[in-house]
Amino acid sequence: MTDAKLEFDAAVGAKQEGWNRPPVMEPSGEGGVLELAMGPHHPSTHGVFRMDVALDGERVIRLKPVFGYLHRNHEKLAEGMSYLGSMPFTDRLDYICSLTNNWAYALAVEKLTGQEVPERAEYLRVILGELTRVVNHASSIGFLIQEMGASGTPLMYAFREREKILDLFEALTGARMMCNYMRFGGCRVDASAAWLEATRKVVAGLPGFVDEFEQLLRSNEILMARCQGVGILRPDLAVNAGVTGPLLRASGVNYDIRKVDGYGIYNRFKFRVPLGDHGDVYDRFMIRMLELRESIKILEQALKEIPVGPVMDAKAKIRGFRPKAGEAYGRIEAPKGELGFYLISDGGPNPYRYRVRPPSLINLTILEDMCLGQNVADVVLIFGSVDIVLGEVDR
Amino acid sequence: MKTVEEIKAAIEAAVPDARVEIVANPSVSGQHSLRLTPSRAIEVATFLRDGLKFDYLSNVTGVDWPDKEIAEKVKVTREVTKVEDGVEQTAQETVEETRKRVEPGCLEAVYHLYSMSLKQGPLVLRMRTLNRTDQAELPSLTPVWRSAEFQEREIWDLYGIVFSGHPDLRRLLMWDGFKDHPMRRDYVEPDDFEYEPTAHDDVLKRAEAHRAAHATAGAAGHEATGGEQ
Repeated sequence: MTDAKLEFDAAVGAKQEGWNRPPVMEPSGEGGVLELAMGPHHPSTHGVFRMDVALDGERVIRLKPVFGYLHRNHEKLAEGMSYLGSMPFTDRLDYICSLTNNWAYALAVEKLTGQEVPERAEYLRVILGELTRVVNHASSIGFLIQEMGASGTPLMYAFREREKILDLFEALTGARMMCNYMRFGGCRVDASAAWLEATRKVVAGLPGFVDEFEQLLRSNEILMARCQGVGILRPDLAVNAGVTGPLLRASGVNYDIRKVDGYGIYNRFKFRVPLGDHGDVYDRFMIRMLELRESIKILEQALKEIPVGPVMDAKAKIRGFRPKAGEAYGRIEAPKGELGFYLISDGGPNPYRYRVRPPSLINLTILEDMCLGQNVADVVLIFGSVDIVLGEVDR
Repeated sequence: MKTVEEIKAAIEAAVPDARVEIVANPSVSGQHSLRLTPSRAIEVATFLRDGLKFDYLSNVTGVDWPDKEIAEKVKVTREVTKVEDGVEQTAQETVEETRKRVEPGCLEAVYHLYSMSLKQGPLVLRMRTLNRTDQAELPSLTPVWRSAEFQEREIWDLYGIVFSGHPDLRRLLMWDGFKDHPMRRDYVEPDDFEYEPTAHDDVLKRAEAHRAAHATAGAAGHEATGGEQ
């Protein structure tokens, strides 16, 4: 038990009016304030992450996230090696979604150098990107339910499907999770007809899985009681705080980079962007469920239309090239939000500056705002609904 | 979307004493940027957010531009006195001299803006500090866009730009007692090899050198590595 005035108050105080800061909550004065460090080894943090929480009874009145336990200065490493050299390291950012990380990095380098990507490679990228989204959304829903206390079963439903997709990744790229598959100007190896057939089979099974998964969870009484009206995020705050991905769309803001930028060949596919109404944990859960269905739609179209042809531009130089001096920012709609890479070239073989715009870190900006006034048990749920991976938060 | 020239004109019309400079990007990406003078940055940022609807600040990052030593070859004409046949004569002679000058470096903060309502972007803003040591201060844009909160903390941590007006400027990724800014290009890694229990080859040599220095310098030597908590 400590004095109610925390160190942070002195730093912020009331002198900074006008910006979108979290409201300063006063303790009720009964029984004092308990300061608690949730993490870095709390099971709900999916890694090493700490939340310094101040509790008034069970009510959260302050929450400060503490980062850096998994920091290895990925950006510094990348500045010391060639452009191709950091491609395998991008797998280790958000290690659930290595293929979308590859894609974002390849896209940024292609913007810098102006390389063209062959048609078939674009289709393969879309197929792998959407399979990654299915893996991510299914397991993040599974983890969320696990944190609610439904130990095991829903998560294993998700992991059963994830396993089938990881087998496909392994067959194509040689690795289940650290795929290192995309290259500047295409993809590393071509997919065989047998692989495409196997993928079609897996995708044909996905709608059944989503139906089953949704029916199991959607109208579960405990889930609704724990999720609805919890951790509400206002759309204006979400935009101002740079929140992206399902978290933003659950608050009702229509912003999906697949639609806005139409990068790759996304403007060829018919799909919809599901939007939430209330911006609470339940909406985030449902948005991911609905996005699973949209991803399946894209997968079906892409698998039907994929043409034959090369997967690498024959003229493309993937090794030892020196982009002209300049800079480029490339971004994609990764399953967790906007994943961007910012590169500055000074004409040398290594990037002069290499920056990852991590959606997981920036989506945590409003964690405190969502948790204030909630019960401490709900912090775990709200945090789970943000959906982060520490490999990307700390880089 | 408006071109950077149009945006520059709009800013200068709205914030009269703001000086904006277009930084051309020769790469094929064609993402040109605007360099702001730090003194009016908050007003310009507010205008961009409210007037031009750049409501979404996506990416904030730092760049280090260290001091550059530039060697230039200059042709110099001077008078030389020569002795020819016992008579002193002055003659003009042109020689090439290499002159070195140091171009002072700076730290730069780069902001990538998008508009969610108009679905436009990116607009790239840049601000430079006066130098890399004692005048590395820039105004924080966190009061305008909350998304800069953690990203500016990260820049302070890794590059050492002090963001004045930031509500909570603490280190983000390194621990609190850490001394240096590791993303700077002249950052020297500590050689105490806590992370390498069995030092070998050149690592062994550096570890031995560290141990020797540590034995003489005592606690001060350890302090210098920034590892002290």
